[in-house]
Amino acid sequence: MPKDDGIGASTKRREDLRFLTGNGKYTDDINLRGQSYVHFLRSDVAHGRINGIDTAAAAAMPGVLKIFTAADFASAGGIPCGWQVTDRFGKPMQEPKHPILADGKVRHVGDPIAAVVAETYEQARDAAEAIDLDIEELEPVIDMKAALAPDAPKVHDDLTSNLCYDWGFVEENREAVNAAFDSAAHVVSLELTNNRLVANPMEPRVAVGDYDPWGDSHTLYTTSQNPHVIRLLMGAFVLNIPEHKLRVVAPDVGGGFGSKIYHYAEEAFCTYAAKVLKRPVKWTSSRSEAFISDAHGRDHKTTIELALDADHNFLAIRTDTYANMGAYLSTFAPSIPTWLHGTLMAGNYKTPLIYVNVKAVFTNTVPVDAYRGAGRPEATFQLERLVDKAARELGVDPVELRRKNFIKPDQFPYQTPVAVVYDTGNYDATLDKMLELADYANFDARVAESKARGKLRGFGIAHYIEACGIAPSNLVGQLGARAGLYESASVRVNATGSISVYTGSHSHGQGHETTFAQVVADMIGVDASSIEIHHGDTSNTPMGMGTYGSRSLAVGGSAIVKATNKIIDKAKKIAAHLLEAAPEDIELKDGKFSVAGTDKSVDWTGVTLAAYVPHNYPLEDLEPGLEETAFYDPSNFTYPSGAYGCEIELDPETGKIDILRFIAADDFGNIVNPMIVEGQVHGGLAQGIGQALLESCVYDDQGQLLSGSFMDYAMPRADDVRGFTVDHSCITPCTHNPLGVKGCGEAGAIGSPPAVVNAAIDALHRAGHSHITHIDMPLTPSRVWAAMNR
Amino acid sequence: MAHVKMKVNGREMGASVEGRTLLSSYLRDLLGLTGTHVGCDTSQCGACVVLVNGQAIKSCTAFAADLDGAEVTTVEGMANSDGSLGRIQQAFQDYHGLQCGFCTPGMVMSTAALLAENPKPTEEEVRHYLEGNICRCTGYQNIVRAVMAASGQDAGALAAE
Amino acid sequence: MHNFEFVKPSTLAEAVAALGTDEAQPLSGGQTLIPSMKARLNAPGVLVSLTGIAELKGVCREGDTLVIGAATTHATVAADAAADFPGLAALAGQIGDPAVRNRGTIGGSLANNDPSACYPSAALGTGATIVTNAREIAADDYFQGMFTTALEEGEIITSIRFPIPQRAAYAKFLQPASRFALTGVFVAQYAAGVRVAVTGASEGGVFRWAEAEAALSAQFNADAVAGLSHPADGMISDLHGTSEYRAHLVRVMTQRAVRAAQ
Repeated sequence: MPKDDGIGASTKRREDLRFLTGNGKYTDDINLRGQSYVHFLRSDVAHGRINGIDTAAAAAMPGVLKIFTAADFASAGGIPCGWQVTDRFGKPMQEPKHPILADGKVRHVGDPIAAVVAETYEQARDAAEAIDLDIEELEPVIDMKAALAPDAPKVHDDLTSNLCYDWGFVEENREAVNAAFDSAAHVVSLELTNNRLVANPMEPRVAVGDYDPWGDSHTLYTTSQNPHVIRLLMGAFVLNIPEHKLRVVAPDVGGGFGSKIYHYAEEAFCTYAAKVLKRPVKWTSSRSEAFISDAHGRDHKTTIELALDADHNFLAIRTDTYANMGAYLSTFAPSIPTWLHGTLMAGNYKTPLIYVNVKAVFTNTVPVDAYRGAGRPEATFQLERLVDKAARELGVDPVELRRKNFIKPDQFPYQTPVAVVYDTGNYDATLDKMLELADYANFDARVAESKARGKLRGFGIAHYIEACGIAPSNLVGQLGARAGLYESASVRVNATGSISVYTGSHSHGQGHETTFAQVVADMIGVDASSIEIHHGDTSNTPMGMGTYGSRSLAVGGSAIVKATNKIIDKAKKIAAHLLEAAPEDIELKDGKFSVAGTDKSVDWTGVTLAAYVPHNYPLEDLEPGLEETAFYDPSNFTYPSGAYGCEIELDPETGKIDILRFIAADDFGNIVNPMIVEGQVHGGLAQGIGQALLESCVYDDQGQLLSGSFMDYAMPRADDVRGFTVDHSCITPCTHNPLGVKGCGEAGAIGSPPAVVNAAIDALHRAGHSHITHIDMPLTPSRVWAAMNR
Repeated sequence: MAHVKMKVNGREMGASVEGRTLLSSYLRDLLGLTGTHVGCDTSQCGACVVLVNGQAIKSCTAFAADLDGAEVTTVEGMANSDGSLGRIQQAFQDYHGLQCGFCTPGMVMSTAALLAENPKPTEEEVRHYLEGNICRCTGYQNIVRAVMAASGQDAGALAAE
Repeated sequence: MHNFEFVKPSTLAEAVAALGTDEAQPLSGGQTLIPSMKARLNAPGVLVSLTGIAELKGVCREGDTLVIGAATTHATVAADAAADFPGLAALAGQIGDPAVRNRGTIGGSLANNDPSACYPSAALGTGATIVTNAREIAADDYFQGMFTTALEEGEIITSIRFPIPQRAAYAKFLQPASRFALTGVFVAQYAAGVRVAVTGASEGGVFRWAEAEAALSAQFNADAVAGLSHPADGMISDLHGTSEYRAHLVRVMTQRAVRAAQ
């Protein structure tokens, strides 16, 4: 019988107690003695030359401590990029400098120009208004294709053009793919946009820098998904602070969705300024500031083509994508449209030949980086829209066209033509489960019922696969990553048997404090309540790479398993000594060590006490204590997959689309906490539906952000989504990690946008609007109505 | 500077404020009640919702000086007297109605206001009432379940599940 | 935001006096003013709160007129106007969200005259009278383009007098981010004829749709306007909808308001 707090149990979350009572400790809740406040004066033009910054009047304003400009950072490094992509000609990408404060030019609305530190936040902001800026406006480049024109203004004067890289994958397949298209019976093509999004975790970013002059040591409290990564990048590349003098703490963090992975200028500024001023320096972003300073997501323009033979077997896929990098390269930006995107273009299908071309482009917009799913939603959206379009053009059932081309269960492990090897999966199983839960067999009756009320009903299908559990370090190193992507854990068993686990993963809503404790409790057979999970502080956790890419359980959890196994091995040796038996004869069950085949046993606390009070202990063979650290580096990605079904109703009078039901049948491998998995999928679905119907980050042609607040950037609300059914009963365990888990954090956001758009196109076609083959996201009522009345 | 007093979670409290001091800042910065969160600057997100004289308001869009003498309830005042989770808080934990916890204070306070007005809301009424509270994590389904459970209704029976 | 002197008078006379200086602005519910002050788009030297003035609050019926104090919140109107003027109460209950409705006031909304706000359509659609500390202004004279009204500096709306119609309704198509109206139409039928006022759609702010008024005065049902179309010229075009779309919604929402008023 499974433990009620072990693996597989929907254990209630322990972190909820502090969050529900107002006792969470978020970065903005941290106020240090003597704290000062910084306000960043940001560019209000997209592109301009800084001819002068006169801070004299501002510096004399009440409460002002110091005003910083680029000159103050002459000896500091720039904000580094963590990934170097090599283009299809073998050359490294163009990599511009990214100063902490704008140096010589401003390159996007929101680019920080000066930083005013004062006794209060309002004083800093008052003084910033008194800074006299002399900025000569330059023509901005906003549109990606225009940015690549030979005479386009350059975002970075010292680069040869606005092209970051022209990437081909797999470059060697290029001609074979072209040949396959030339001889194909059918070719289907689609042009589409993957709309630019803003992650918008509900907690805006915050940084508090602190400096101890006696120890010459720095502490940064920051809203980060990966404090060790920030310590590494900021310490080594920006401020030249060795790790032992730099502590980075990411306390309770109010959501991230990718936007809090990156090292941001404000973090380096607060850390540096605290030393200059010998006072803590705090920055709290407003939401308006977040829109122009948090990295954005997506923003691809793509043409994708599919070649099929006469029997509708997929022969080849060819894509041509423009990916917006924004004005600077954010930490992982170059890897998103390449290695996290091109490698997923096989989807769930056995297409033998694939060629992906991506041109990454600098524009005078906010940097673009990973947002929930990161590259994989872009790949899935193209592919699943295209397969749907192909089914419609060929006059075949979209379900059957998918089934016909699925990789079948007996084909795993499956080598795709885009480098990755899928270890397991069963795509027919999730499709069958989704169609059953959707009552797809009776869909036509529901169409008729809607029609009787003057509404159009549609059903959209999408399949997805994602590569997560990021990532094998040696592989990503070959692909240009400037970091390893292992994870770490230390398990410290205390004398009385309680257990403190220190993980390099970071929880900002995922519930690690609960699920990680479930894993350890299950392995040792003790109550989860005797286990505490610590994360987020570089001073007490081993070097870890943090939380993103659905990696926490698959990689971080595996490190915990590995460390716990070391604990169990040593504890068995101690037990063997106490029980006067051989270690290999010791069994651990329900928190008790026993000698196989006998009634001799010692319980968990008997062993842990012996480890720390080693009076009767094999000291000549074994160190006292019971504490182990493990690093886990995955041997492959994990490959969650699933079938999504979306049922919508469309009001033909207004073009408004209402979600009626959304069915997600996912294969996440083994599940530790079903309640939390379901919650992760719900959240991903809402974000994916948001992308499909509501959210859009839009610049005008002068680089002004038109959707710069929640007044214009439409976030999904409680009455915009409904009817989620989530199933994760189709399980093909991951073959290469100890828990057999795959990860569930991004699936909802990856699989849902094409399902929603496919549903809308289905509804329109059923109502006779067969000229509508695609509508770009978000499918606002205005856009849908315009398509219907074109 | 003016001295502004309020009865917050049943206790008389006070602090000196500027004209521009918002209620959210009064609670967080001056009284140290950091359970109330600020997630936007346009009165949209609802993370800052508190009850003022029994009514839900956005504490980031009201001046403390305008509310001198008010009775305020924040998320810190929602637990039972023995410190255990109150009915709404317990339902949010039971139904996994929160993930990162940042919007949660506003969700709990809006739920309190809803159930005071409408003790047995339908799913649609819950979804509509919470339109001023944005959550980026949960997709709302488990929040709606939690509110239904907190009202003593069947949380399992949402539409089309 | 910039700091300011905060004053909170308890009578209208004190408020008028306090607003006598150049730098003073009135503060009602603040749901629009405070965000604009945070963005430093608005920086009054003195802010005069109207929320402590009892005579500016409340809903009461005087014969065939519903009189609403300017500092009455949307939530109060939604509750207290429901019996006498359900169409107006329903409009008030759709503004913003519940927390906004507990602070925002009818007077604040009308004084601001946001082109996408709900209340202007009710005031214009009923031919209401805007009563100030100095005079009475007919709605047809009051609205003078987006964010522009007939109010003089320092003039305070004290109440709004709504002639109670035979039947009326408001149909709102939501702008999903702001929760303002992408297009909203208020339709009211009186013995003398039908009035139709549109908000959210026009660059000129709230306006009356004369063709629809004529058609509905002749025959009050949704089919009466089915053949009409509003021109797209002068309609707002933005992220959320083109001018053509808004023009289309004017007709659709008019029909929906008529159906709701049946």
